[in-house]
Amino acid sequence: MTTTDTPGTTAPQDPQDGSAPADEGARRLPALKEMTRDLGLVVALVALLVIGVATSGERFLSVANLMVILQQAAIIGVISIGVTFVITAGGIDLSVGSVLGLATVWATTLATQTMAQDLHWLVMVFTALAVGTAAGLVNGVVVAYGRVVSFIATLAMLVAARGLAEIISDRKTQIVRVDPFLDTFRGDLLGIPVIVWIFLVVAAAGWFLLNRTTFGRRTVAIGGNPEAARLAGIKIRRHTVMVFALSGLTAGIAAVMMIARTTAGTSTNGYLYELDAIAAVVVGGTLLIGGRGTIVGTVLGVLIFSTLTNIFIQNNLSISAQSLAKGAIIVGAVLLQQRFAARSRSS
Amino acid sequence: MVTVDSASAPHPPQPLLRMEGIVKHFPGAKALDGVDLEVLPGEVHCLLGQNGAGKSTLIKTLAGAHRPDRGEIVMDGEPVVIGSPTAALELGIATMYQELDVVDGLTIAENIFLGHELAQGGVLRRRETHARTRQLMSRLGHPELSPSREVGQLSSAGKQIVSMARALSRDAKLIVMDEPSAVLDPEEVDNLFRVVEAVQAEGVAVIYISHRLEEIRRIGDRITVLKDGRTVATNLAVDEVSTAEVISLMTGRDVATDFGGASAGPQGEEPLLEVDGLSLAGVFEGVSFTVRPGEIVGLAGLVGAGRSEVLETLYGARRASAGVVRVRGRDLPRGSVPAAVSAGIGLAPEERKAQGLLLDEPVFRNITLSTFGRFARGGLLDERAERRAATEQIEAMQLAPSDPGRVTRTLSGGNQQKVMLARWLVHGCSILLLDEPTRGVDVGARAEIYRLIRRLAADGSAVVLVSSELEEVLQLSDEVLVLADGRVVHQGPAADIDEHRILDLVMEGTHA
Repeated sequence: MTTTDTPGTTAPQDPQDGSAPADEGARRLPALKEMTRDLGLVVALVALLVIGVATSGERFLSVANLMVILQQAAIIGVISIGVTFVITAGGIDLSVGSVLGLATVWATTLATQTMAQDLHWLVMVFTALAVGTAAGLVNGVVVAYGRVVSFIATLAMLVAARGLAEIISDRKTQIVRVDPFLDTFRGDLLGIPVIVWIFLVVAAAGWFLLNRTTFGRRTVAIGGNPEAARLAGIKIRRHTVMVFALSGLTAGIAAVMMIARTTAGTSTNGYLYELDAIAAVVVGGTLLIGGRGTIVGTVLGVLIFSTLTNIFIQNNLSISAQSLAKGAIIVGAVLLQQRFAARSRSS
Repeated sequence: MVTVDSASAPHPPQPLLRMEGIVKHFPGAKALDGVDLEVLPGEVHCLLGQNGAGKSTLIKTLAGAHRPDRGEIVMDGEPVVIGSPTAALELGIATMYQELDVVDGLTIAENIFLGHELAQGGVLRRRETHARTRQLMSRLGHPELSPSREVGQLSSAGKQIVSMARALSRDAKLIVMDEPSAVLDPEEVDNLFRVVEAVQAEGVAVIYISHRLEEIRRIGDRITVLKDGRTVATNLAVDEVSTAEVISLMTGRDVATDFGGASAGPQGEEPLLEVDGLSLAGVFEGVSFTVRPGEIVGLAGLVGAGRSEVLETLYGARRASAGVVRVRGRDLPRGSVPAAVSAGIGLAPEERKAQGLLLDEPVFRNITLSTFGRFARGGLLDERAERRAATEQIEAMQLAPSDPGRVTRTLSGGNQQKVMLARWLVHGCSILLLDEPTRGVDVGARAEIYRLIRRLAADGSAVVLVSSELEEVLQLSDEVLVLADGRVVHQGPAADIDEHRILDLVMEGTHA
């Protein structure tokens, strides 16, 4: 990302310039609105936790179970951070699940070759990240320079990446037995699984990137009003490529976490994860048409879904019932958001 | 071409910007066909021209949004190529567009510094951004607008101010302002002019586009007039040129517009459309009028007075809060477009492109859009019958080109308007609501639209017309209603009132 340092305005300073006292109240307003929106998600999450306790009692609230919820949230969560950027920029990325699968296959293939036994495990990690980023770059180039709608471009990648993963792995599951790798990523740090730490770090970095950097600002602008962004001198195509590459990178990070959790790479890894990620992003409050994104919302959305899954599992309910509930939550959340948006517009 | 040569001045300053022979063609439309423009440092150069004369294309060329096909641009004595918006900004050209150039989801500060964020290593410097924004806003006379306000919550005038602040925030040598006063109230215009004078004193040049001649007299130095994509006069000193002269340059003729002769007048006494006490809470109140076959009723007033909303409410697109609409003596249910359409009401909306036409569809499908059910047998569309019906209208309206299969987007504004009207005629509408029927239609084609409206009335239609151009309302209508702030401040025969009186009424109304 380039940084533009602008020289000061040529204007003389206005005598009445300075901080306006009336400003403070107004400044808090958007933040407050954002918080009330996130607050709704927090309430939903707490309600789910209460339901969990009511139906499964102590077992549900045990530290071990909460860690399970977080671990389940972690992989989808990391992907969702990347997808948040793509959606905020007005696009969609359907390929993240497949790219994750491809990255696990590619990295584990490398790690299980006999000739690769001397390679440091970091090479495997970098391979996964590179594969993810490269796939994202391809998406971005096709969307930005080929002018293909992102839905189609990433749908093509979804299919193609899965195919490539099958070719590379010959549809076999490759078990990773690199102990230092497994020790690092399957371990705990301060009582919290490393995988969860990765999620937290990626989420924090994503928040910072979206809210505090030129990159994030421009992402919002491109999603909100591409013509305005272009006229403001933003290089839209280059930026779009970077946004998709970022999404690919998070898929690569998620691939590393996946290998660690399952100790395996297989072409079916990450199957339909793109839908879970998009659902979490949208439920979190990021506008599907672009122009507004929230990382905090995405994180809460992911947690809501993984908590829901956990409750269903704890109560031995079927996957099918779980899917039904997920569908209802998605529609309900979006309906609520629209109400909220309509009300804030009219006020 | 009328040219007042500045070389006669004792020490001609080097022009900041010189554009020569700029040509730009778009598929299906002529845009610029040889434009010359010269701007001196520190001057306010006014660009005048009718809608469609090429002003917008010209400033987009300057802003790097369009690349000219031919012609030369010289900035500070150096020939330049403005290949992108970034290139324009780097040359010191900042542009304030009429619309489109703010991002609703971002705050005021974020919008102002969009694309040239105050940042270090990609990390935003928020405190500094907000401080600079506050400076800019107080310079523009709006210290109360907080940098962290979301732009989506601002009025059009507010957005215009943000846009202005953005142009100022760039280190610009030349600021292009495209009708900045269109959405501003008089006080804001005063603010704007103060700012223009201040930047002018620093040697910054301004290209100012406006339709309001009195504004140009107030702050302009020199004038360039465009017509049909060409410069017809340039470097006219504002003080030395008369309004009549400017207008005749813009229109290219001295005679008044042809409004299609005198009105044939209403046929019979039985009203076709009766509107009684129609109100839309918070927008307009107590609007009553009747329209007989053959009669044209005009609604005049400023933008925002509620004129378009009256039409939309009549049409059922908005739900009236009080009042009755009657067609041939029968009450229409409130807020139902299907009921209005089946009673024979057709609306040609102001935003043809956004609300009325499927631009990428062929002309004939647009004409039959509200009637295609008639051309279907057992659910299958009979395209030949559709084309036949459309062709009939195309011929009656002298649509050019007359090919019913042509993509609607490639038609001129005037012909698109005819497509809109043709739709309602195929439908058999006898009550036509026309909202700004000549917006985006060039002067030559206007006369044709006027004749068409006259003819429709003569054929027994009732027409309700909304237009911002007072002359248009006065010349076409039999009866005129003047709206101000949602209230009818005058109602009577068009012959009994003139433009000055209407303007007086409108001004009084807004201050009452």
